[in-house]
Amino acid sequence: MSAYKIIDHEYDVIVLGAGGSGLRAAVGLSEAGLKTACISKVFPTRSHTSAAQGGISAALGNMGEDDWRWHMYDTVKGADWLGDQDSIEYLCKEAPKAVIELEKYGVPFSRTDDGKIYQRPFGGMTKNYGNGIVQRTCAAADRTGHAILHTLYGQALKHKTKFFIEYFALDLLMKDGECKGLIAWNLNDGTIHRFRAHSTIIATGGYGKAYFSATSAHTCTGDGNAMVLRAGMPLQDMEFVQFHPTGIYGHGTLISEGVRGEGGYLVNSKGERFMERYAPNAKDLASRDVVSRSMSIEINEGRGVGKEKDHVHLHLSHLDKSIIESRLPGITEAARLFANVDVTKEPIPVVPTVHYNMGGIPTNYKAEVLTGTDSNKTVSGLMAIGEAACVSVHGANRLGSNSLIDLVVFGRAAAMRAAELVKPGTPHEDIGESETEKCLERFDKLKNSNGENSTAELRLSMQKTMQSKCAVFRTEKTLKEGVDQIRKAYDGMDSISVKDKSLVFNTDLVETLEFDNLVRQAITTVDSAYNRQESRGAHAREDFPKRDDEKFMQHTIAWCNGKDTKIGYRPVSKTTLTNEVQYFPPQERVY
Amino acid sequence: MVQINLPKNSEVQKGNYYQDKTGSKNIRKVNVYRWDPSNGENPRVDTYEVDMDNCPSKVLDILNKIKNEIDPSLAYRRSCAHGVCGSCAMNMDGKNGLACTKPHSEIEGDINIYPLPHLKVKKDLIGDLSGLYKQYESIEPWLKTNTKVETTEIIQSKKDRKKLDGAYECIMCACCSTSCPSYWWNGDKYLGPAVLLQAYRWIVDSRDDERKERLKKVADELKLYRCHTIMNCTNACPKGLNPAKAIAELKKMLATS
Repeated sequence: MSAYKIIDHEYDVIVLGAGGSGLRAAVGLSEAGLKTACISKVFPTRSHTSAAQGGISAALGNMGEDDWRWHMYDTVKGADWLGDQDSIEYLCKEAPKAVIELEKYGVPFSRTDDGKIYQRPFGGMTKNYGNGIVQRTCAAADRTGHAILHTLYGQALKHKTKFFIEYFALDLLMKDGECKGLIAWNLNDGTIHRFRAHSTIIATGGYGKAYFSATSAHTCTGDGNAMVLRAGMPLQDMEFVQFHPTGIYGHGTLISEGVRGEGGYLVNSKGERFMERYAPNAKDLASRDVVSRSMSIEINEGRGVGKEKDHVHLHLSHLDKSIIESRLPGITEAARLFANVDVTKEPIPVVPTVHYNMGGIPTNYKAEVLTGTDSNKTVSGLMAIGEAACVSVHGANRLGSNSLIDLVVFGRAAAMRAAELVKPGTPHEDIGESETEKCLERFDKLKNSNGENSTAELRLSMQKTMQSKCAVFRTEKTLKEGVDQIRKAYDGMDSISVKDKSLVFNTDLVETLEFDNLVRQAITTVDSAYNRQESRGAHAREDFPKRDDEKFMQHTIAWCNGKDTKIGYRPVSKTTLTNEVQYFPPQERVY
Repeated sequence: MVQINLPKNSEVQKGNYYQDKTGSKNIRKVNVYRWDPSNGENPRVDTYEVDMDNCPSKVLDILNKIKNEIDPSLAYRRSCAHGVCGSCAMNMDGKNGLACTKPHSEIEGDINIYPLPHLKVKKDLIGDLSGLYKQYESIEPWLKTNTKVETTEIIQSKKDRKKLDGAYECIMCACCSTSCPSYWWNGDKYLGPAVLLQAYRWIVDSRDDERKERLKKVADELKLYRCHTIMNCTNACPKGLNPAKAIAELKKMLATS
């Protein structure tokens, strides 16, 4: 592999990914005086955080009484008791501070009449432990993610963070179970770069593109997750894939839950507001898994709208025009562009669409990666944050607006922990060439592949399998078919073809490497789902319709070597972080 | 008179022709600019016959179809696919825009796709935006406040917040700046509409305490006053923003301060 010119770099800490969590971590690390590099395959403001619309949750209490403990209860319940309550306590308690910090960074939040940050209702967000709706989701119109991402990039510039932009990360550098950095390919000039670091923070987001219809960007391929799998470490709770209730029918573009937060509602072909039947109290603002399942039932029972009766309508034309203009301008534009709908006059055709991965790299609340075998043991030198991580604060189902807060709270936590662990300027030990060789062998093999199968065909086959076999409702039969079929897509890589043989912006090879990453996560997802014989949060088994706390109040831990998986379990944390709040014992989950 | 010729290696040549293999009756010809830095060849325009019966509505769908089904070597940036990330900015039918929001039905005849104008091309439709990003950094896009309050937000009235509308939404796709003749000629010194719109965004933010210093910094013959109100920027913006108006506001602020 000496054919590749390798350029070496040494940093105290490297952050892989420049979305909300990666940038927040990078800012904190730079502030702490650590020599920090932030590596991203896209320019930071192109990251998928930009697509987050509705808002960021925090119990600020700007719109009536609120309490971080209520937020914690909602998150525990939303997670269907699969979340770790120590981490959830940390998230909800730190949330107000994190949002105030964002405001000071310059995020252009919408405002209340008295000039405070505007907060809107969101699914599953309640007051006084489930008794009534609270306005907790802080919003910058319906472009909150965009506003936060651009502001965080500005902060990173302020703190002179060193960026490596349009570098595609290939693999982690591991030695004796410790992470020593990573290898990346510079798309701009085709060179290979070896980054050494005492701490490597993975912030690569989710892998929505494993599915056919997703709100996710083309670039949401979970590259960091796959790097972790290839390094022999497990991923956690991968069967929990969130379907957002309102993706635009036929296109998948996200329509924010904020629409329902502002008073929009779902209607079936009979003109009925069907959510009243499924969630008598919260109605259209029940949590996302509940709403997506209800919509799927309506469609399956023949009450869908349209020629194929395969979607439902989201009405907002009854809302005050000024509210639509000031608070929902982005979705007004999206509905016009992708559904040809004027939202002031017509409903938006919507269908549950893959949106978020609750699962990912297991970590503790300090963002340190766990080995998975012993519940508290950490992997030295490795951290994970954001959608790539499974802390787990979202458990079996994430509440809307809890992801943006997850990004900044744990991005900050990772920076603080790295600052504790790493002394600036510590020299790097020699790690030899074997890991680099192994990584470049895979790279070189894929680059030079001249087989029969195009990457696009294999990707489509994977996406269709996931969409049909591992969707909103699952059964033993469909999952078994999924377990077998997804391996065919993997096997197809033996005869894959990459036509472009160059090294500069070879997007053919990028997509092939991304497919390699995606299919490993798809295998892990469907195998984890097959083994979880219960229904919990986003994982709904028709053959096991009840939650089984005795057997499955546990995190799935899945290793994946090639196409072979090993499934294990580790306990959910049943203690809180402090005695400022008590553990919330499992209850029946009704909205 | 001085004769000005393009260097030989920059002349765009006729490229490959990819005939339809699906047998579709509904074909459109798509001409795409191609250039690969690694083979020493001139840029060329490849033509693809694309089956429109099985192609969704946007120009990006056409490019994805070409890449997935006809020619995987075609290079372009794309990410969110719904007009918020700004990756797929390019020149379509002679006008800058986002491929993911531009309906191909709006284009008559053959569909011509080029990189954003007047950028150094890295490969095919991928332009070099590093100059623009540097200029963005130069306006110091972060809040500068002397507030001592730590535990609560800085109060901002709805009226003051409204001043940011039309500016904070910019996705930095560069459609505006690369459509501006002034930026074509003086892009190394003139900040251009995208960056000036962001300068304006921080200048009018009521929470910022360095409005005067910021204004002073852009008050420069080259940085600001190379804007000659051509208005291509506003015409090009795929988000419906009005950078020309923001620039006019900056000039007005300077004239009256």
